[in-house]
Amino acid sequence: MATSAPESTHGQTTDHAHDDHDHKPRFFARWFMSTNHKDIGTLYLILAIFGGIVGGAFSGMMRMELAEPGIQYLDFFARLLGTENPSFVETLHLWNVLITAHGLIMVFFMVMPAIIGGFGNWFVPLMIGAPDMAFPRMNNISFWMTAAGFISLLISAFVPGGYGNGAGIGWTAYAPLSTYGSQGLSTDFAIFSLHLAGAGSIMGAINFITTILNMRAPGMTIHKMPLFVWSMLVTAFLLLLSLPVLAAAITMLITDRNFGTTFFDPAGGGDPVLFQHLFWFFGHPEVYIMILPGFGIISQVISTFSKKPVFGYLGMAYAMVAIGVVGFIVWAHHMYTTGMSVNTKMYFTAATMVIAVPTGIKIFSWIATMWGGSLEFKSPMVWAMGFIFLFTMGGVTGVVLANGGVDDIVHDTYYVVAHFHYVLSLGAVTALFCGFFYWFPKMSGKMHSEFLAHLQFWVFFVGVNTLFFPQHFLGLQGMPRRYPDYAEAYAYWNGVSSIGYSIMAISLVIWFVNIIYAYTMGKKAEGNYWGEGATTLEWTLTSPPPFHQFETLPVIEDKGHH
Amino acid sequence: MAGIKNHDYHILPPDIWPLIGAFSALTMTSGLVLFMHDLSGGPLVLGLGIAGLIATFFVWFSNIVNEAHAGDHTPVVQLHLRYGMILFIASEVMFFVGWFWAFFDFALFPNVLSEAVGGVFPPKSVEAVMDPFDLPLLNTLILLCSGTTVTWAHHSLIHGDRDGLKKGLWLTILLGMLFTSVQVYEYVHAPFPFGVNTYGSSFYMATGFHGFHVLVGTIFLIVCLKRTYNGDFTPRQHFGFEAAAWYWHFVDVVWLFLFVAVYVWGGWGATIH
Repeated sequence: MATSAPESTHGQTTDHAHDDHDHKPRFFARWFMSTNHKDIGTLYLILAIFGGIVGGAFSGMMRMELAEPGIQYLDFFARLLGTENPSFVETLHLWNVLITAHGLIMVFFMVMPAIIGGFGNWFVPLMIGAPDMAFPRMNNISFWMTAAGFISLLISAFVPGGYGNGAGIGWTAYAPLSTYGSQGLSTDFAIFSLHLAGAGSIMGAINFITTILNMRAPGMTIHKMPLFVWSMLVTAFLLLLSLPVLAAAITMLITDRNFGTTFFDPAGGGDPVLFQHLFWFFGHPEVYIMILPGFGIISQVISTFSKKPVFGYLGMAYAMVAIGVVGFIVWAHHMYTTGMSVNTKMYFTAATMVIAVPTGIKIFSWIATMWGGSLEFKSPMVWAMGFIFLFTMGGVTGVVLANGGVDDIVHDTYYVVAHFHYVLSLGAVTALFCGFFYWFPKMSGKMHSEFLAHLQFWVFFVGVNTLFFPQHFLGLQGMPRRYPDYAEAYAYWNGVSSIGYSIMAISLVIWFVNIIYAYTMGKKAEGNYWGEGATTLEWTLTSPPPFHQFETLPVIEDKGHH
Repeated sequence: MAGIKNHDYHILPPDIWPLIGAFSALTMTSGLVLFMHDLSGGPLVLGLGIAGLIATFFVWFSNIVNEAHAGDHTPVVQLHLRYGMILFIASEVMFFVGWFWAFFDFALFPNVLSEAVGGVFPPKSVEAVMDPFDLPLLNTLILLCSGTTVTWAHHSLIHGDRDGLKKGLWLTILLGMLFTSVQVYEYVHAPFPFGVNTYGSSFYMATGFHGFHVLVGTIFLIVCLKRTYNGDFTPRQHFGFEAAAWYWHFVDVVWLFLFVAVYVWGGWGATIH
């Protein structure tokens, strides 16, 4: 993409930089009253790191408990979280709380704030040459609603939930477990946490769509937008249209629990499977919400470090649109074992498999982009290539699980757990680290250590594969998910899996060390520290960019190609 | 160049109300939890949260109106507001899809095993339903009529007829209030209770959320009427009015679906009260 921007690296003068500093509000106004997309993006990233630490600590507790058969640590954890002399039932309830909190936090308060709120806020306006988002104030309330939702979820962990403190309803909150199966305040706090975070996300989605459709720099037609912006556009539409259905479903939970409605209570004619339909009508688009922005990041990174435009740009863009559209009509593949008819299963099997086509287009186009390119294995590129491998693994098990007949056998086993962790904690999270190392110097103005970033990648790669690959075996052996204990036969691979967790945890320590290194000893980042391959508009600005960028809009010249 | 704006976008100064609004929402939901579990302080916390939210809405929208007067709403910013409102309504449509989904599930696949339902819809335990061609039909006509009066107001506004604008808005608001009153009367005299079975659940929740949206739409129109008396809105720039009118048409259309599906088709064959 050919660009000409007034605020190029070379045009930067000391006097210019001095001016920018003068326009920043004071501390409280800057961070608690922000209307600046970059600051709000930073707030989202901080929230996501905090969420990741909490959610990751919960998964560490789970892997500790699962390292050997029998109940080892749950009693200790229950005491740690404030329950005095926990009964056996209370310790087992804590397990349900852990899996619920881990899922909800990682989805709503780690991946989504990081990839949409964080990178989306930071780089959508920069990449389209806009001075800010369309609705800067609404942008801020989107963030604070997410924070409020997180607080509501944290409160839920410390109030009664029926069999002990905390909501043990699973991240899917299936009725009747989430209705008369869990008395107490806790589940209500957890449900309202989703209401709050969901409202924030809907406002964020409105903001992104409006910004992308209306604020592109002169000359940047929709078919010239960087693919990361495309991915955010599709993601925002998925959020906008799927979250309200979740809001309706969890409102029904609230009224069933507290006001005597019978939406999910068969005694009054209600239908527990209805909740699953409503939930997965949201839930399936939700998994694409988490991965599509990652696709966008990977496209930018592969192109940058191959020093080539992305292969098949339009195909890549419309593959994401296709994934988004088809993503709305495949939800019941999460429900094959609810007793649906064979015909329904056949439809959802076929529709689900169709998604492998646009996804395959993306995988092959990334490889074709690298083909014949002048490759440079900087840290983001290594993470991006790791993503392609790991996401393809998760995609392949996805095609296996798409089969209604096969799913009857492995439904709710560790095979499913392995599948969705390959696409999310190995796919989406790898894309997050990829984006982090690609853009961290742009956001902070400091270069990270390439050595530590590479080291982290290899430790992470070995760790997560050791952690999750054996779970395929456990699932095929028949180990069910969501249990704190298991038969002796599953001991070996569970032990291996827990060792993998420790290796993965070490990689996160390396990451924190790298951040500290960058802020203390890191070199100052130039405007375009990745060189000629980095052609999108954020690279025409200083690192970090001025508080208000593009005060004169950049003009995109028409070169007849991307 | 820094500090000199060479574009028409709206760059805003820092603002405290997003923080207040979000934490008011958290206070409201937390108060609601306490209230639902009969714990002390519930109504107080709930009330505080609602008050905070109302204050947020009031100040926030006042700020938007003031910024419009200050000339911040350039053509491109007005376009943003249009997109924002359309997208918001789209998300509202999907919210109602959830409630209709539940209703059609119950109506098309009534539970055979549940004694309260007995495989029919309305369920066996529902002794009688409302006559759809009595008050509900009247309400349909009231809402459709209010759709025309709001269009009257809009056309008057475009042609510079301030008097027609006021009359149209007054009539729309009065018709909206009339609708809500009839709805309240109907709820009070309904032959079946809230909840208990699928009919009492889906009927009251779907029509109840619609009623809440009518209330919000009426408040939106009242704000527009007040602004009209303040001399706001020009034939060329009146997006606040248009947003209210769009929202009003949206609640109108939702009602038409409710009337046809829930009142007429959903009660078909049942004893009429």
